[in-house]
Amino acid sequence: MIDFLTLLQVLDSSLRLATPLLLVCLAGLFSERAGIFDIGLEGKLLAAAFVSAAFAAITGSVWLGLLAGILASIMLSLLHGLASITLRGDQIISGVAINFLAAGLTVVVAQDLFGQGGRTPPLKSGGRFEPINFPGATSSKEINDAGPLMQLYSELFSGHSLLVYVALLTVPLSWFILYKTRYGLRLRAVGENPAAVDTAGISVVGLRYSAVIIGGVLCGIAGAYIATSLQANFTKDMSAGRGFIALAALIFAKWRPWYALSACLLFGFFFAVDTRFQNILLPAWSLSGFLILIALGLISYVWKKDYLDKVVLGGLALGISTIAIMIVFSVWNIGANSQIKIPVVFIQSLPYVLTVVVLAGFVGKAIPPRAGGQPYVKER
Amino acid sequence: MDIMPRWVDIIIVPLLSLFLAAFLSALLIIAIGESPIAALNLMIEGTLLRSAGWGYMLYYTTNFIFTGLAVSVAFHAALFNIGGEGQAMIGGLGVALVCLLIPWPHWTLAIVGASIGAALFGMIWAGLPAYLQAKRGSHIVITTIMFNFIAAGVLNFFLVDVLKPKGSMDPASANFPSTTHLPTFQDLASLFGFEKAFRSAPANVSFFIALLACVAVWYLIWRSPLGYEIRALGKSGPAARYAGVRPVKIIMIAMMISGALCGMMAINTTQGESERLILNFTEGAGFIGIAVALMGRSHPLGVLLAALLFGFLYQGGAELALWTKIPRELIVVIQALVILFTGALSLMVRAPLERFFMSIQKAKE
Repeated sequence: MIDFLTLLQVLDSSLRLATPLLLVCLAGLFSERAGIFDIGLEGKLLAAAFVSAAFAAITGSVWLGLLAGILASIMLSLLHGLASITLRGDQIISGVAINFLAAGLTVVVAQDLFGQGGRTPPLKSGGRFEPINFPGATSSKEINDAGPLMQLYSELFSGHSLLVYVALLTVPLSWFILYKTRYGLRLRAVGENPAAVDTAGISVVGLRYSAVIIGGVLCGIAGAYIATSLQANFTKDMSAGRGFIALAALIFAKWRPWYALSACLLFGFFFAVDTRFQNILLPAWSLSGFLILIALGLISYVWKKDYLDKVVLGGLALGISTIAIMIVFSVWNIGANSQIKIPVVFIQSLPYVLTVVVLAGFVGKAIPPRAGGQPYVKER
Repeated sequence: MDIMPRWVDIIIVPLLSLFLAAFLSALLIIAIGESPIAALNLMIEGTLLRSAGWGYMLYYTTNFIFTGLAVSVAFHAALFNIGGEGQAMIGGLGVALVCLLIPWPHWTLAIVGASIGAALFGMIWAGLPAYLQAKRGSHIVITTIMFNFIAAGVLNFFLVDVLKPKGSMDPASANFPSTTHLPTFQDLASLFGFEKAFRSAPANVSFFIALLACVAVWYLIWRSPLGYEIRALGKSGPAARYAGVRPVKIIMIAMMISGALCGMMAINTTQGESERLILNFTEGAGFIGIAVALMGRSHPLGVLLAALLFGFLYQGGAELALWTKIPRELIVVIQALVILFTGALSLMVRAPLERFFMSIQKAKE
């Protein structure tokens, strides 16, 4: 069994890994709640990470870096707004273009500025966000001897960078803005029924631009966090799909701020487990039993459905039971208490699999804002 | 309401978008401190003036034709298949299993088997998101993005835990048997006595399969009843339903064809080039398919031309990275700009043209 301190350490790193996801997820929340799909979150995150690291490296000030990162992210948001709000272009295509633009430009500019193969030089102190130690927290050397409450306080609550606390505060703030202010009501309305908002004499274009700009600010903070706090420099493609995971978390959270927090913490926990433990062992028999249960559930669901359901979900059930049988087969000789190693990639893929399950609506259906993805055209 | 003549829409708009993208890229090259003219010369020299350059260009082009056609077919049904990358990865798995498990006597048979394996695997991988869209209403863009990541996990698992030969450190499958070796352009040229042509370039016979796929997709979309139904659904869902088109069936079929085409890209990369299954063999070709389809206006001929252009850019970009301080990622920027101008900002490109042709029409009247 793992001890309490190890658990705390895993939770601590979950929190740190969840922070960029949370900020980007909330960025997507504002944008999508206003009816603008944002596939370009990844690109904004990456651009902000590079610009903030580059500014922090050149000026030596992390605050200038943060500011520059936010500005860079807002620029891309405005591009997305220009394409999808003003010019009524395809929001998905615009997002895809922004991702590529960021992936290409960051490396081209980094190579030109620093000549280190698309990286920025390591940031010195002052160019990074340092961990904030709460008063009375024990240092990491003495933590083994401290009591459990002290360990909880020192390991989990204290010792994060400022941006982690900012991200956590953004959740109640977003909730307040979206559900308790007039602006938030209008923002949610414009994502559900822009024509009604327009009839009330409120600018649809203005509201949607404001939403993508808020998204830009949040992505900017997230980018600065990964380049100046989680790591201490920018490396090529360092966002590593976090923008898409945040998108997954957004769906998982059904476009709600508090759910977003729990979804991001859950996904952050997967990553923390994945980096901390090289071998994850699960009891083989219970695992295959669980898989067989899922397969049986699928089969009983499709029993009275039509042909296509039977083929697809039945095939899926067949695949799952094959895996279960293979697990049993591989431990047949070892006995009832045998454990099986879970491949690391499985834990890494779990957020995406869970998101697909939620999207499919088998477990708690996720319904996106109704006007999402459609440009608004005034009736004439 | 055709404001502009059709040729303007088909030829001028993409060319103008390309010109805008090229212009912005030229500015970027100047900003880096290199000369755009010299860069273009270098790209042409390294690509079009050497047979090996052509060999590399056509290798990339083959990938882009497959993925471009795949995105196009989905576009015709108003579906955005952003999951080409994942479908190609799983297609590669299909190719590897077919090549490793079946003792092929000759490459002509192996390529048929590998094509079927690749198409089947790609089809299954696109079929699940298609099913979720058709029956459960889950947004296909999101599900295909998720399936890209899951595919990367699956490929990683198979390479590390299943297909990797014992004692090897490399996350890659064993080498395919030599009977599955596809003749490269060099092999073909040697048959005709040109031993020095296309030396060590990866282009191989799967290029011709890509050309066949262009013809097949053209026939499917514009000459077959199924293609008619696909286009009808893409133009207007309610109208198509009223005419008796079954959306569920068409969404499934269009996406599965799309997935099959993406999967078939792996014949070129996995059976043709690396001759074993490796990580990251797709190199983003699934995403470039989006740019190719947009640029080629979702028409097979347009896709072929756009794929040639991107093949040229990829090989030319490699030359630039080799001889100048312009990194390869410049091509990614160009690609982004092409997607931006042909896709998202198309109104910006079209509006001035439309105004121009309106004024001509008015002057005539």
